[in-house]
Amino acid sequence: MDALGILPQQLVFGLALGAIYGLIALGYTMVYGILLMINFAHGELFMIGAYVGWGVLIWLINANFGGLHPAWVVPLMLLMAMSVSGILGMSLERFAYRPLYTRGATRLGPLISAVGASIFLQNAVMLTQGARMKVYMTGLLFPRSWYIQVAGVRISALVLVMVGVALLLMWLLNLLVQRTTLGRCMRAVAEDREVAAVMGVNVRRIIAITFLLGSALGGAAGVLVGLYYTQIDFFMGYSAGLKAFTAAVLGGIGNLKGAMLGGIVLGLIESLAVTFLNPAYRDVVAFVVLILVLVFRPTGLLGETVPQANKV
Amino acid sequence: MLSLTDVVAGYGPLQVLRGVTLDVQQGEIVCLLGGNAAGKSTMLKTVLGLLRPSAGSVALEGERIDRLATEDIVRRGIALVPESRRIFARMTVWENLAMGAYSRRSASPGEIDHDLERVYGLFPRLKERVSQHAGTMSGGEQQMLAIGRALMARPRLMLLDEPSMGLAPVLVEQVFDIIQAINRQGTTILVVEQNAAVALAVAHRGYVLQDGHIVMHGAAAQLLDADDIRRAYLGED
Repeated sequence: MDALGILPQQLVFGLALGAIYGLIALGYTMVYGILLMINFAHGELFMIGAYVGWGVLIWLINANFGGLHPAWVVPLMLLMAMSVSGILGMSLERFAYRPLYTRGATRLGPLISAVGASIFLQNAVMLTQGARMKVYMTGLLFPRSWYIQVAGVRISALVLVMVGVALLLMWLLNLLVQRTTLGRCMRAVAEDREVAAVMGVNVRRIIAITFLLGSALGGAAGVLVGLYYTQIDFFMGYSAGLKAFTAAVLGGIGNLKGAMLGGIVLGLIESLAVTFLNPAYRDVVAFVVLILVLVFRPTGLLGETVPQANKV
Repeated sequence: MLSLTDVVAGYGPLQVLRGVTLDVQQGEIVCLLGGNAAGKSTMLKTVLGLLRPSAGSVALEGERIDRLATEDIVRRGIALVPESRRIFARMTVWENLAMGAYSRRSASPGEIDHDLERVYGLFPRLKERVSQHAGTMSGGEQQMLAIGRALMARPRLMLLDEPSMGLAPVLVEQVFDIIQAINRQGTTILVVEQNAAVALAVAHRGYVLQDGHIVMHGAAAQLLDADDIRRAYLGED
């Protein structure tokens, strides 16, 4: 089939992938918005989410689903992955970053610590789980025969679930941030930490919760990617992390809506590159986008939302 | 109500406050005068626990607060109107006021509504703009919001850091009229100012801070007459 013929199909993949990038990008952008720090270990939290989801899946399959209806399997995988990644992200903040930024280290301090945490987590997973890839038995959950046909484009049930879960989580996060007292506190801390403290906000707690939420979203993305690609390994967080970071910068770092938009735009650009150029250029295209954004529009599509007051 | 005793504080090796003793009585308006870098803002930060004093003590109604976390100090009834306003620009007016009431999570919605009405009564302009983003308002409106936000905490002691800064003279007068009105409703006030004339006009007592020391204090009327003050802060020779 010619390139134009497969374009609609590719766009669907691009959208699905983009939703995942957006989900991971939220974690980068939330942390940056509140601490002005890139959590380079975020890709590893995503990877660990994928492993936890895999573990739950294997366990359930071995237990013959333990009498559970198969429809509960994916929610259970997501729940466990989000819990583990979330708590791990919060621990990273507590033990690897907070000791540095509260002692007035330069902004480089936590950043380097994050790179270290990333290497540590990769190796920890490699040593405990082995270097060989693990296989998600997605076929048991989503048979290939489950799909819908829209205007000649085949959309599998799996893709629908992926996009659905990603959009649902983004919607919930947005609701939390925009409509609740906790969300208001998060925005207040992101905008002006000192004044937020004067309003009576426990700033450290809010930072910890931000890590918890962002990391949990990364963990959920890990499960979705595992289901989609069916193969995971300890190194998968590296390129996914860089892509999601690109998405966050593309949308405007610190900007939640920007992260979601940046993810989807990046996913679509990649799918176009795969369609019209050589599929091997997929990663090249993503990083060309990063470079172009940094050169021509460093504040991203929707603009950075980074507080002046916290830029010490 | 608030008393500082020999407070020494600063940033790392830099000492900004070098033994400040000051007290604010219940129901008073006290103004703290001083030029740039005299340590006025540092003093407010120390009271709020944003900065730890390396010596001396800060007490609120006889209880030491200088080791408490900022959120606990605030919960005891101190609110701040920060220098250059620092409202939450990306939030709406209502959200800013809601943040102001955050330290009173035990308050009932009815109480909060009552206080909102009180703030709208003082600043009708804010009511017109409840759902507007605070960053899009004029400087004067932002100052009103900053004061309204502090009032939402229903503080017993309100600290104001340079409320006249960047405002047109007519607005400055309005702001100080409101400070006086708030005081009459029972809130004790400590206001830090460079604009000595307007601050001393409403204050009961004043302190002058210079290079981290209190160099003068007394009744406001007395300070207004003092030669040194006239020279240093009122621009008279």
